[in-house]
Amino acid sequence: MDANELLAWARGSGFDIALTIFVAGMLLRLLEVLALGNKPDLSAPRGSGPKGGVQTLLSRNLPRKAVFDREPLRIINGYVLHIGFFIVLFLYGPHIVLFESFLGFGWPGLPSGVIDAVGAITILSLIAALVFRLNNKVIRFISTKDDYVAWAVTLLPLLTGYLTYNHLVASYTMMLALHLLSVELLLVVAPFTKLTHMFSFAMARWYQGYQAGRRGVES
Amino acid sequence: MSAPSVEKGIQAIKGQIDAPVASFFSACVHCGLCAEACLFYTETGDPKYTPINKVEPMRRIWEREYTLFGKAKAALGLSKEVDADTFAEWETLVYDGCTLCGRCSLVCPVGNDISGMIRKIREGFAAAGYAPEGLIGASTRAVEIGSPMGVKLPAVQAQIKHLQKNTGLDVPIDAKGAEYLVLLSSMEIMNFPEYLEAIARIMHQAGKSWTIASKAFEATNSGIQIGVSDIAKLLVSRVVDAADELGVKTVISPECGHAFTAIRWDGANLIGRPYGFEVKHILEVLDEFVKKGLIKTEGMEDAKLTYHDPCQIARKGGVVEQPRNLLNRIASNFVEMEDAGEMNWCCGGGGGVSANERADELKLTAFNRKKAQLEALGVDTLVTACANCRLTLEEGLEENNMDIPIVGLTEMLAEYLVEDDKEQA
Repeated sequence: MDANELLAWARGSGFDIALTIFVAGMLLRLLEVLALGNKPDLSAPRGSGPKGGVQTLLSRNLPRKAVFDREPLRIINGYVLHIGFFIVLFLYGPHIVLFESFLGFGWPGLPSGVIDAVGAITILSLIAALVFRLNNKVIRFISTKDDYVAWAVTLLPLLTGYLTYNHLVASYTMMLALHLLSVELLLVVAPFTKLTHMFSFAMARWYQGYQAGRRGVES
Repeated sequence: MSAPSVEKGIQAIKGQIDAPVASFFSACVHCGLCAEACLFYTETGDPKYTPINKVEPMRRIWEREYTLFGKAKAALGLSKEVDADTFAEWETLVYDGCTLCGRCSLVCPVGNDISGMIRKIREGFAAAGYAPEGLIGASTRAVEIGSPMGVKLPAVQAQIKHLQKNTGLDVPIDAKGAEYLVLLSSMEIMNFPEYLEAIARIMHQAGKSWTIASKAFEATNSGIQIGVSDIAKLLVSRVVDAADELGVKTVISPECGHAFTAIRWDGANLIGRPYGFEVKHILEVLDEFVKKGLIKTEGMEDAKLTYHDPCQIARKGGVVEQPRNLLNRIASNFVEMEDAGEMNWCCGGGGGVSANERADELKLTAFNRKKAQLEALGVDTLVTACANCRLTLEEGLEENNMDIPIVGLTEMLAEYLVEDDKEQA
């Protein structure tokens, strides 16, 4: 299989298979959570559960001062990593074209030079995250293989994307094929790792926020 | 209760796993920030106290039992089992190294209620037979005698007699149709009789009818702390039955943190039905009395003082403004600790830790956080609203040769109460 054939497979069947596994896998994981159910709270409410749920969905986007003061670098790096990833994924012209082919609508992107720089920053941020993971005694202690797998499959699309755009390492066609394959790897692996947090974070925040809202306590 | 076993422990943990718990495990990214909020980690520097690590046995059971991927991993022998060794290893993390203070739950970026899960996992440890002796003793006494400290009704009656002699005020027992049912914690009966006297004076001044129930004077609930819902339910039922029998409108939870959690939030869920009465913390009631003009205060405490927020009352109970409203009325030099209110640091003795002698040394290490907070302020007096916090703080201060008197907020308010001896309306 030469580079052109590999690219054709990655664009065709490869992508379809990966996307199917991603969607089915994520749905399964989320249904597994919901299927466990949640008993109604019989205590007399002091406030509104739904209001608390929405509030916590939003409030946890910002860190509390009490932990930010202790770990500012880790927290800032978390923002850089997530925001960088979103910018590269959703605001790069060719990516938008791909989304448009699925969704039927597009949106304005950023100049590719900016995306290139953001991609590089995001890669550095992921490397920093690994350095934290290996050097901070708490994170090292609680890390599992899953954490390193999730890290690697997140890094690969960023790295191959960066190399493709900058015409590095291999031919453009080969790099683009590898980039697509790395995205497919991410899609296939995500539902079976902590990357499920891309959806389940909303459920977790909602559940805690709902209870807190009902009780009229901070969340 | 039937004999505990590892199998029962695993079943009990399985029974505690619901959609919220599953969402928490699915959302955790192992960022480790929960450790930075936990005084057992910050004060020991030992990463095993990372809150999310304390529920690792529950995560393993969730993955194996409730996820397809986890079942496949287990079938291939790729996952760690939960066995007797796991329970033995985690027992001290779950009971000694956590006060259920809930600080971790407030800082988790994905919104995991980690301390809620630690409360749940204790059900499994108790069922498996891996619970601390101190808590087993307290729970047994609570069930058999009626109080975790073994306090019986005659002790309460003796205190009442003394109080009546001192103040001439009546302390009604089993008064049907009273508006308020006042609960006490054993510690208030044994160590801080000032509380009941303050209540008697305040209720008299406010012109409110109240009572103590002979069958349910005790508010504390060891079942919540050890993690045995059956015991927790039995203890809550005593209060609910008494409140129903006497027909009170409101049950007042005393200056005790976990008692408030037990009766205010967990109780109705334990007995499986909503209450026919309201439950309020004493500070909520006092704040109401002041706002409605039912009681007035005169004079101010001039000593520099601060308020220690009991975790279950502030962070988990939502009673944050009330103590501040009250203190600002009676203290001219009230200063706040850093992180006061919802994010205040635990005293180190909550969640059953103070009843668990095995954890004494760790508790004192954890106290270093509070010590640093108090030293930073340089206060003359410390005010709080939980008898358990109060005893833990007293012990910590004594151990560190710090001479700071601790007072309960209710008794302090009573000191500045305007008493005009008006007749009850």
